Amino acid sequence: MSPRKPPFRLATPSRRQLLAGAAALSAAAFLPQRALADFPTAQVNTTGLAVTDADVTVGILHSVTGTMAISETGSVEAEKLAIEQINAQGGVLGRKVKFIQEDGASDWPTFAEKAKKLLVNDKVASVMGCWTSASRKAVLPVFEQYNGMLYYPTFYEGLEASKNVIYTGQEATQQIIAGLNWVQKEKNAKTFYLLGSDYIWPRTSNKIARKHIENFLKLKVVGEEYFPLGHTQFNSVINKMKLTKPDVIYAIIVGGSNVAFYKQLKAAGVDLTKQTLMTISVTEDEILGIGGENIVGGYACMKYFESLDNTNNKSFVAAFKKMWGDNIVIGDVTQAAYLGPWLWKLTVEKAGSFDIDKVSGASPGVEFKGAPEGYVRIHENHHLWSKTRVGRARADGQYDLIYETADLMEPDPFPKGYQ
Amino acid sequence: MAATRTDSRSLELIGFALIALLIMVVLPLMLDIFRLNLVGKYLTYAFVAVGLVLCWGHTGILSLGQGVFFGLGGYCMAAFLKLEASSVENTRIQSTPGIPDFMDWNQLTELPFFWVPFKSLPFALIAVVAVPAIAAFILGAAMFKRRVGGVYFAIITQALASVLTILIIGRQGYTGGINGITDLRTLLGWDIRTDNAKYILYFVCCFLLLGIMLLARFVLASKLGRILVATRDQEDRVRFSGYDVANFKIFVFCLASAMAAIGGAMFALQVGFMSPSFVGIVPSIEMVIFCAVGGRHSLVGAVVGTLVVNWGKTLFSESFPELWLFAMGGLFIAVVLAFPRGLAGLVTDQLIPRLPHWRGWTHRQPSPAPAE
Repeated sequence: MSPRKPPFRLATPSRRQLLAGAAALSAAAFLPQRALADFPTAQVNTTGLAVTDADVTVGILHSVTGTMAISETGSVEAEKLAIEQINAQGGVLGRKVKFIQEDGASDWPTFAEKAKKLLVNDKVASVMGCWTSASRKAVLPVFEQYNGMLYYPTFYEGLEASKNVIYTGQEATQQIIAGLNWVQKEKNAKTFYLLGSDYIWPRTSNKIARKHIENFLKLKVVGEEYFPLGHTQFNSVINKMKLTKPDVIYAIIVGGSNVAFYKQLKAAGVDLTKQTLMTISVTEDEILGIGGENIVGGYACMKYFESLDNTNNKSFVAAFKKMWGDNIVIGDVTQAAYLGPWLWKLTVEKAGSFDIDKVSGASPGVEFKGAPEGYVRIHENHHLWSKTRVGRARADGQYDLIYETADLMEPDPFPKGYQ
Repeated sequence: MAATRTDSRSLELIGFALIALLIMVVLPLMLDIFRLNLVGKYLTYAFVAVGLVLCWGHTGILSLGQGVFFGLGGYCMAAFLKLEASSVENTRIQSTPGIPDFMDWNQLTELPFFWVPFKSLPFALIAVVAVPAIAAFILGAAMFKRRVGGVYFAIITQALASVLTILIIGRQGYTGGINGITDLRTLLGWDIRTDNAKYILYFVCCFLLLGIMLLARFVLASKLGRILVATRDQEDRVRFSGYDVANFKIFVFCLASAMAAIGGAMFALQVGFMSPSFVGIVPSIEMVIFCAVGGRHSLVGAVVGTLVVNWGKTLFSESFPELWLFAMGGLFIAVVLAFPRGLAGLVTDQLIPRLPHWRGWTHRQPSPAPAE
């Protein structure tokens, strides 16, 4: 960890309000000695986790090598920032947070191996980690068997809920439904063309999108196609779309394929300021690769954009850039990763214990008012209540916020009527 | 020359004994179950490396697609374990209870016909060896009968690795796609995730590995083994002497593939899942590297090489999560530059001649390396 001074203090008053009624806990953030006396290690750690009188160890498990490194690095940075800020505020129950970082190397079995190492060898109190669904599926049995706590940042397909995981990203319905409703109302859309990379997240998401379009909005899907990960030839599907002329192109293409897709779209004369395109897979991070000029005018449906105008986000962006450099952009998942350590801290303080079962049980109802995306709360199903937002890509690689839901969207990982 | 043969054989026996001592006694006493389970995982790759010693080191068939066979074996085993884990009561929350979870996510409503036989353990165990062996036979027959060899064969095996990966990822409703087959729990009701089970599986893995090493030793020491070496060094002369070279090559390729497949099955049992990331080109080449580092002519060397490389991988990546790939790259380059015959070559070429009491050792190998 950098010994540098903490960049800023995060929304302390609101955090105190949210702990109303637990004055001792609130004070604990400022009086470490007293907190230690209130929470002796023997009492807050009955299961042999890596908790001492001075510190508590957590794990960070992302790919910092391999094909996923480009996406996961932002999450690592956000988690380190959050941990540094938590320590600057006095740590968790008076204990400094230390972390052990492991590399999943973009390889799912390695994720499982490292998760096991963190839980069995290092006895970490929680793990912030994973990015792809495949890596989460690989570590899930490990977390359930050895009873660990995972804070998972990525928006994903849903169809899962575990007592050992807090999903700080959106599950599919939170990302899709409000966006489709918006595009129908604002753009008077009637026909949709669904695209996706060929794995479980785009397929499940497009299934939900199709059911919503056909059964709830009573509109039409005129095409649906999938491409292998890493695919770079989109000309034939672009020609098909030019023939069918859908009102909305709904694209869930991930990773490097995006670069080829948007460049070829532009080269084929499809102007996104005229043709409505909505994506749920392109954050500011991806636009760095795509190039803002190639996607300008496209709409993205997320819960967070770097350009969000609120005090929490302004101080978050400033602190992030101070720690990691001015050229860095912050995407949806990076923000969700930043929530992980904070939610864990708040939950531990609510439970008054580091024990996994108590943290897991205390999670529902935990609120974080200092989140850059605005207020969030953990649902009974361990997902977050979050707003859905629509942004429009600018040429400089940022999004302009166009629309946000008035209320928090309820997470519904097993949506009825969409299966 | 007679003295050389005897000594190289006794040297090999000493190597066997040492490796058996290491994996059966020293490591289990030294390591906790978490680390031992990791060693168990590495040893499953050693099955592939031993197969490569046979088909690459001694017959000269460089296969860059051994991951295919490792993967097929692993998937056959994982299919059985997954079906057992997907009982109706375990999968109540699904739209169709009683089928594996990934099928449910992909809107399958019944078990595909080719999954049904995997409900039986004997079938699955036979399939572990038979499916990869048949695949290797078809590929081998198609290639070797037409006298396709060398670089062309290596390229075809790479293509096969690529094809199978794309197939598995593309047909995710039937195969689990890129996520693989995860969350394997029990074998005939016996929980394979407990520490106890891991010890047992580790020793089963050790016994099987020593078993196939002895089998490989038997093959190499036989007349067949000498024909294989002759094929590697002068294929045309062997053919002109009246041997059907293709059949020997097909046989050894099938044998190596079956060995890789047993490794894959043990992998699925010990690690608890199987994914396409073992099937592709990169893991296949990695397996060749294990063999190269250890020494492609030596069975013991291949096992040691596998352990060293994987141990290094785990150790470096734990210590330097962001730089470890450079350390691994450096290790490979150093080994290839300094000891082209691998760690085993280091022992036989450098170490042994310097031991004064090793009388009669003449620095000659029974199967000299070909010029490649």
